[in-house]
Amino acid sequence: MSEADQQDEEGGGVVKKFMFVNRKAPYGTIYALEGLEVVLISAAFDQDVSLAFVDDGVYQLVKGQQTKGIEAKNFSPAYRALEGYDIEKLYVEREALEARGLAEEDLLVDVQLMSSAELGELMAAQDVVIGF
Amino acid sequence: MKFGILVNEGPYTHEASDSAYLFTRAALEKGHQIYRVFFYHDGVNNANKYTEPPQDDRHIVNRWTKLAEQYEVDLVVCVAAALRRGIKDELLAPGFRISGLGQLVEAGIQGERLVVFGD
Amino acid sequence: MLHIVNKSPYERNALEACLRLARPGSALLLIEDGVYAATRGNVAEASLRDAMARLKVYALRPDLEARGVAARVIDGIELVDYGGFVDLACGQPNCQSWL
Repeated sequence: MSEADQQDEEGGGVVKKFMFVNRKAPYGTIYALEGLEVVLISAAFDQDVSLAFVDDGVYQLVKGQQTKGIEAKNFSPAYRALEGYDIEKLYVEREALEARGLAEEDLLVDVQLMSSAELGELMAAQDVVIGF
Repeated sequence: MKFGILVNEGPYTHEASDSAYLFTRAALEKGHQIYRVFFYHDGVNNANKYTEPPQDDRHIVNRWTKLAEQYEVDLVVCVAAALRRGIKDELLAPGFRISGLGQLVEAGIQGERLVVFGD
Repeated sequence: MLHIVNKSPYERNALEACLRLARPGSALLLIEDGVYAATRGNVAEASLRDAMARLKVYALRPDLEARGVAARVIDGIELVDYGGFVDLACGQPNCQSWL
C-alpha cells in the first residue's frame, strides 16, 4: 500500500453514519458476499456502521446454509464474525421477514427487527448509504 | 460539493456506467469536485483497455480515461473484485488504478455525497 | 434523502421498497429503466401518485427520451437532465440508490 493510501486508511478522525443496505438473496448473485467484504473493511475505519436487511436481503441471514452441493463458499459465518469487529447494528425489516414466512429464530445472528417506517427514519438519518 | 461515485456494474451490459459517467461529467462541468470514482463488483471491467466496442457507439472505457485526464479524476478499481474477474495492472486503461476497498470507505468519509450506480 | 430508482416496476420491486421506506419530505428520482414508472398507465402509477403527496418525484429526461416515452409522463413529475440530477443530490443531505 502506498503512503497516500496508508494515510487514507486512517480516515482523519471523522465519524460518519454508514448504512449498508442488503436487498438481495445470497448465492444467486455476488452482491451479498462482496457487500459483506465492504462492511468488514469499514470496521477498520472506526465509523458508525449499521446493516439493513430488506426484501430478499433477509435471506442472507437464514440459518443452516450448506453450500457443498453448489460447490461455492458458504460465507454466512461472516455475519456472526461481525460482532468481533464491533459491528453490531443489524436491522431487519419486520415486514420482509414475515412476507417470507420467516421468524427471528430462523436467523443465524441477533438482529433488531424494525418496521418499515422505523427503518426508513434510520436510513434518512445516515451520512452514507450504500446498496449493492 | 465533493462527490464520491460508486460504479457497481461493467460497461454496456448495464446502464450504470453510462449514468455514472454522465452524472460525473455534469457535476464537473458545474464546478463540483469528484473525490473519487470507485469501481466494484463487475464495475472493475470498466477499466479494461482491451474493450473494442463498435465504432458507431460510445467507447465507455476511453471516455472514463478522457474524463480522468481532463479533470484529474481518481478512478479506482477494487483489487479484490478485480482479481476475482481477472483484471490486472497490465489490462488497465490509462487513468485507472487498482487499490483496496478502503478507498471506497474513505470516499464515503471524505466526500459530502456518495452516489451509487448499479443494477 | 434523494432516493434513486433505476429499474422498471415490472422487473423489480425496488420502487415498491423505496416508497415503503421513504420518509415525507424526501425526493425520488427515476433514472434508467426506472423512468417507465413515471409514464401514464403503468402499474406503479397509483402508488406513485399517492407518494407524490409526501415526496417530490422527478424523472431523468434523457432516459425518458431514449425510450421514446417522454411525452407520456404523469402530471406533477418534474423532468431533469444530468445537471438537474446533480442539483438534486446537492439539495438533499444524503442519497440512496435502490438497486
